[in-house]
Amino acid sequence: MKNNNIRFIQGNEACVEGAIYAGIDFFAGYPITPSTEILEHLAARLPQKGGKFIQMEDEIASMGAIIGASLTGKKVMTATSGPGFSLKQEALGYACMAEIPCVIANVQRGGPSTGNPTHVSQGDVNQARWGTHGDHSIIALTASNHQDVFKITVDAFNMAETYRTPVVLLLDETIGHMREKLVIPEPGELPVVERLRTSVKGGVDYHPYLPRDDGRLPMSDFGGEHRYNVTGLFHDMWGFPNNNPNVVGGLLRHLVDKIENNVNDICMYKEYWLDDAEYILISYGSSARSAIHLAKNRRARGIKIGVLELQTLWPFPTEMIREKCAGAKAVIVVEMNMGQVVTQVKNAVDNPNSVFLANKISGELISPEDIKSLLRMIQGKGV
Amino acid sequence: MERSRIVFSGSGGQGVITAAIILAKAAAIFEGKNAIQSQSYGAAARGGATRTDIVIADSEINFPKVLQPNILVSLTQESYNKFSPIIRPGGLLLVDSKYVTIGKKVDAKHKVLPMFDTVLKEIGKPIVFNICMLGALIGITKLIKPESILKVLETTIPKDFMEMNKKALEMGIKMGKKS
Amino acid sequence: MKNKKFDFKDYIRQRFFPHIWCPGCGHGIVLSSLLRAVHELGLNKNEIVITSGIGCSSRISGYVDFHSLHTIHGRALSFATGVKLSKPDLKAIVPMGDGDALAIGGNHFIHAARRNIDITAIVMNNRIYGMTGGQFSPLSGCGKQATTAPYSTIDREFDVVDLAKSAGATFVARSTVFHANECKDIIKKGINHKGFSVVEILTQCPTYYGRKNKEGDAVQMMENYKTNTVKIGSKKLEKNPGLIQRGIFVEKNDVPEYCEAYDRIIETAMKGQA
Repeated sequence: MKNNNIRFIQGNEACVEGAIYAGIDFFAGYPITPSTEILEHLAARLPQKGGKFIQMEDEIASMGAIIGASLTGKKVMTATSGPGFSLKQEALGYACMAEIPCVIANVQRGGPSTGNPTHVSQGDVNQARWGTHGDHSIIALTASNHQDVFKITVDAFNMAETYRTPVVLLLDETIGHMREKLVIPEPGELPVVERLRTSVKGGVDYHPYLPRDDGRLPMSDFGGEHRYNVTGLFHDMWGFPNNNPNVVGGLLRHLVDKIENNVNDICMYKEYWLDDAEYILISYGSSARSAIHLAKNRRARGIKIGVLELQTLWPFPTEMIREKCAGAKAVIVVEMNMGQVVTQVKNAVDNPNSVFLANKISGELISPEDIKSLLRMIQGKGV
Repeated sequence: MERSRIVFSGSGGQGVITAAIILAKAAAIFEGKNAIQSQSYGAAARGGATRTDIVIADSEINFPKVLQPNILVSLTQESYNKFSPIIRPGGLLLVDSKYVTIGKKVDAKHKVLPMFDTVLKEIGKPIVFNICMLGALIGITKLIKPESILKVLETTIPKDFMEMNKKALEMGIKMGKKS
Repeated sequence: MKNKKFDFKDYIRQRFFPHIWCPGCGHGIVLSSLLRAVHELGLNKNEIVITSGIGCSSRISGYVDFHSLHTIHGRALSFATGVKLSKPDLKAIVPMGDGDALAIGGNHFIHAARRNIDITAIVMNNRIYGMTGGQFSPLSGCGKQATTAPYSTIDREFDVVDLAKSAGATFVARSTVFHANECKDIIKKGINHKGFSVVEILTQCPTYYGRKNKEGDAVQMMENYKTNTVKIGSKKLEKNPGLIQRGIFVEKNDVPEYCEAYDRIIETAMKGQA
């Protein structure tokens, strides 16, 4: 391990390093706490490798700019937090509809509205799923430490290219701002997916929106020899607006299926001591650190407790959770909101009554003690 | 050393956050330990009581915050008053003699050192007050080696300032060891 | 294709036709002026990206055989900024309606002008929201009838030329669909200009604006463009200062273009690395 591959940095910088590793070419953004460090570091890093950085006039414009840049064949990203994520939603839906690969990092802070800008929250899980209007599917990833933030950022770029979709990175203020060690993998250590470009020759009719047998849609860069239309309207295989019921229904189904049918490939998680666990803590992001801390501590006292740390939040890994939780006496979902993932977990497991929520919504990181109180109550030990 | 839970506190501009980053980085990169640094954001960065948490451990660190520090450093009276109640009973509480008058009710091993005055007298630049504090801290606790701190400084500050920082660190270490 | 005689079929996507515009709409003349301009400039269709927002005018992007990006309401310039900055060799053309460009998209309009990014913005000003059925726009002006102003408008209008000038656009011009050749020439100059170009084209909406405001049919409205406008600095202005001026108001070549300025940032950043 070379020393210059070891960094002691903030989570937001780990995200930047991941983006660089994944081959980011273009970033557009707007300053907003607690995600601003992503913007600042990419302003410095991108031009060093010949990439482009632009600070736009607002969050909406940032989202527009990355979509435009993606169509010229670039790997693109924007970063934001709560209010900015709200503003991006319309264009995010456009990227879903027009199938434009892009990555949107949302470093979560307390909301609604301006909320609690410098404090942690995980209140945007449902917004990541349903923030834009209309039916669609989305990929949202999260991580609890810098090494994983790096990795899921690379994964986010890879999935954006593979599925031609926006991918949301749901980080949070605690992870984004705290500093810890990151070891940057050597080139080749992590897979990097490049854009799939069409092999159709110039002059031959290219169908930008006709999926191959494997469901993938090879792209052609703007400026290349295939001139085609990109629209947010329902469209046919050439990208022309079309409201024929078959076209509309077929496209919507495709947009959802291309993600939901690949849930097993997209689904990433980590497990700790689940084999014999009677109590399972399900958590993600910075809350997962407290869950792991507590489980380690309780294990030392002989309690059969384990942790399932989710890294893919959407599409929701329903089947995996059902299987993992099958033998548990109780499942505690640890998150910093009023219960966004817990609802999904209740839907997933065979016995929803065995699912409990340990949450903290005060702007402080949920602590192992907070979880312990609920665990003791469930164990019938009193608080 | 199993696990050190440290809080540095002071006022914005005293460099406590910089000192915390240097300490944690030195432990993580040059001593093969696990370390995490975090800080309070917002208005505190521009005055008021600043707080930054550092956890250093040989084992993996999951929960990154410090609820009950076993080491607390306070460089202003305001921050001392605010944070001394959270120290682990019997913990180390390092303060600067110019800025802080310690309270009788605080259950801690107090170390009151004239860090600011010494820096001003010997170096004449208050900017290295925080480095002197780091020196005093490792002089007392032997938390990490001075060389590791110097290695971090070499990569982060301009060459011209190195000598001054080195001197401040050594002064602190001497003060800490003697105390 | 410069040496070939102009044939609009070389530049449109026939699959997309018939177009959605009402009989008498001026937008078709803007389309034809744009295509003639592209033809006379001898541009390769592969190097043109046309980006639009939402509204009647925005449908232009689908009709032309260039790379086309039909985006969301008001935001076309931000999408085009991403296209242009990421691939500066491309020619970026952004046709917009008046509401699209200056109400919902007003912020992007002034910031694109401020940056002086090499995009040609064509504001197709018919002083009304046509697609949604005749609501007043920020270019309607006071005392007009619209479905959302049944007692007449009290909203003042922007002057696109003044606004673009103040925001820093380095090429600002105005024409009308009556002056189709002038229109084409101005679009040509706008596309050729290195920097942010604003071309305002007055274009009639007989269906909503004309009918509601008793300005007559399409022919009458075009006649009005002839009689109510003059070339910049015309003597007729002395007698009648209310006439609308046409022509090129700003043409500055001494302001750094944004993508070129960014190339110098890349040079600096790369030097720091070495």
